[in-house]
Amino acid sequence: MNAPQAPAIGRRAAGAGLVLAVLLLVPAVASTYQTQLLTYGLTLAIAALGFNLLLGYTGLLSFGHSAYFGAGAYAVALMMRYLGVSSMELFILGGIVFSAALAALFGVVCVRHTRIFFAILTLALSQVLWTLAYKFFWITGGTDGIRVPFSKLTLLGGLVAFPGADAFPRFITSYYYYVVVVFCVCAALMWLIVHSPFGKTLQAIRDNETRARFLGVRIWRYRWLAFLVSGVFTGLAGILWVPLNGLTTPDVLYWPQSGKIVFFAVLGGFRNFSGPIVGAVIFNYLEVYAVAVTEYWQITLGVILIVLVTFLPSGVVGTAARLSAWLKRRREASA
Amino acid sequence: MSLLRTERLKKHFGETRAVDGVDFTVNEGEFLSLVGTNGAGKTTLVNLISAFLSPDSGRIFIADRDITYSPVDERIRAGIARSFQLVNLFDDLSVLDNVALAIFARERKTKRMFVLAERDAAVTREATDLLGQFGLGGNAQALAGGLAQGERKLLDVAVAYALRPKLLFLDEPTSGVSTRNKAQIMDTVSSVVRRGGITAVVIEHDMDVVFKYSDRVVVMHEGRFLADGPPEEIRQNRDVATYLLGTDVSD
Repeated sequence: MNAPQAPAIGRRAAGAGLVLAVLLLVPAVASTYQTQLLTYGLTLAIAALGFNLLLGYTGLLSFGHSAYFGAGAYAVALMMRYLGVSSMELFILGGIVFSAALAALFGVVCVRHTRIFFAILTLALSQVLWTLAYKFFWITGGTDGIRVPFSKLTLLGGLVAFPGADAFPRFITSYYYYVVVVFCVCAALMWLIVHSPFGKTLQAIRDNETRARFLGVRIWRYRWLAFLVSGVFTGLAGILWVPLNGLTTPDVLYWPQSGKIVFFAVLGGFRNFSGPIVGAVIFNYLEVYAVAVTEYWQITLGVILIVLVTFLPSGVVGTAARLSAWLKRRREASA
Repeated sequence: MSLLRTERLKKHFGETRAVDGVDFTVNEGEFLSLVGTNGAGKTTLVNLISAFLSPDSGRIFIADRDITYSPVDERIRAGIARSFQLVNLFDDLSVLDNVALAIFARERKTKRMFVLAERDAAVTREATDLLGQFGLGGNAQALAGGLAQGERKLLDVAVAYALRPKLLFLDEPTSGVSTRNKAQIMDTVSSVVRRGGITAVVIEHDMDVVFKYSDRVVVMHEGRFLADGPPEEIRQNRDVATYLLGTDVSD
């Protein structure tokens, strides 16, 4: 609706194309370890995209998105252990159905509330799931979790497999490209959703619920749909994450995992589309290197979070955008 | 022919009788002003009709259909829309998006998830045309939150108008704006509404505005109707002069 749009869309498409070109080059120029790290970052970015549909576009802060991330991860692990499934495409299908069902159910309970009540309800429900994974150890493996070895995994309907112990570098490269494709599809889909009439309606609900209601919008239904889509994206992130990690434990359902997803959005900035994506990738590097450098890595991350909230409330991307706009104005003024 | 009818509509807040058994009728095509002192019950009456509040008792009919307990969205589909005393907009969306959203809602297109909103040429065209009618064409791409108060008031009305209602309630469309802007806003609103053949009920305090633009004036006092008639008749009414204007017609 914000015409003229064509140049803006063209610029964004060119930017996205450039990012994609860089992503495609990574395995050729980076080590297996660095490629693996970026793969983790991209899977987390999908969770951040889903989470931000609720926070950035609908105005609902969920502290329970570990539930959907964990649901996706456990769906893969359970399918592999009990059904003998090895196809990544079947994992994606089954995991999406499972996380969608869970988000649909939890959404019914949560979306009738807003602000702190919504946040607490989402947190409580995710903790219920964590308890179930922890207590039903004969199914879930309890604290030991369930292993998802990459050697049992196949991609593209069985065309690509990774038998043998020395197949790890090949798995990382192949899986990286797989994740890049899924990430690009997710980013494009989410971009479409937030710029659709549905996405605009969510933003209207976020800005002014009363007025949205007096346009005839049934608020709960839209919040529920946003909750569902958000849960599916986050579930997909969990599905892609678990073969990379090789193991899922109840930790992925525990509240610190939800906190990490909130961190992604705050770090990158939740009032713009790319902020949470950038936030997730940066967070992944921060966490890995902070753990490697100091045993007080949680303190390091805590300080970063405090600095962000205090001095850069619009996050890394939001601040960069403001800085760029300021420089542009200055250039125009001096010209 | 009556478009809206209420029967013994009542809403009390504790001891306060905000709306006290009101029988209100709005005829098709009229531009009606609802006036009264602060606390007379005007906004409460509109809130009851638009489903912002539930009545204690009484009935509400639109075109003889009982909508007393219908939710907001059903009343909107029945043809009722409203603007608000305190401007109610989507401040972080563009002016065009504010109006386009109302059109999407009216056309039941708001659940469309996999299509770009801006690619709906019919909606964009209608929203642009509507903004032009309200004199906001030049602000289409601006954020609604960045408009001046008078423009925000007009946009508030435009958003309600975009729902293509049969009956449009305008709650103090000129409050908080300068005298010069008041005339400009009322000229624009009344001409768009009359041209669109829409029945309008305006809550207004400025009696000059009321007498200039209304076909009919209904005066409320302490939750009841004090007077109901054409502007000239209301201007001569002794009770209205005493309670509302603070003067005596003999003066």
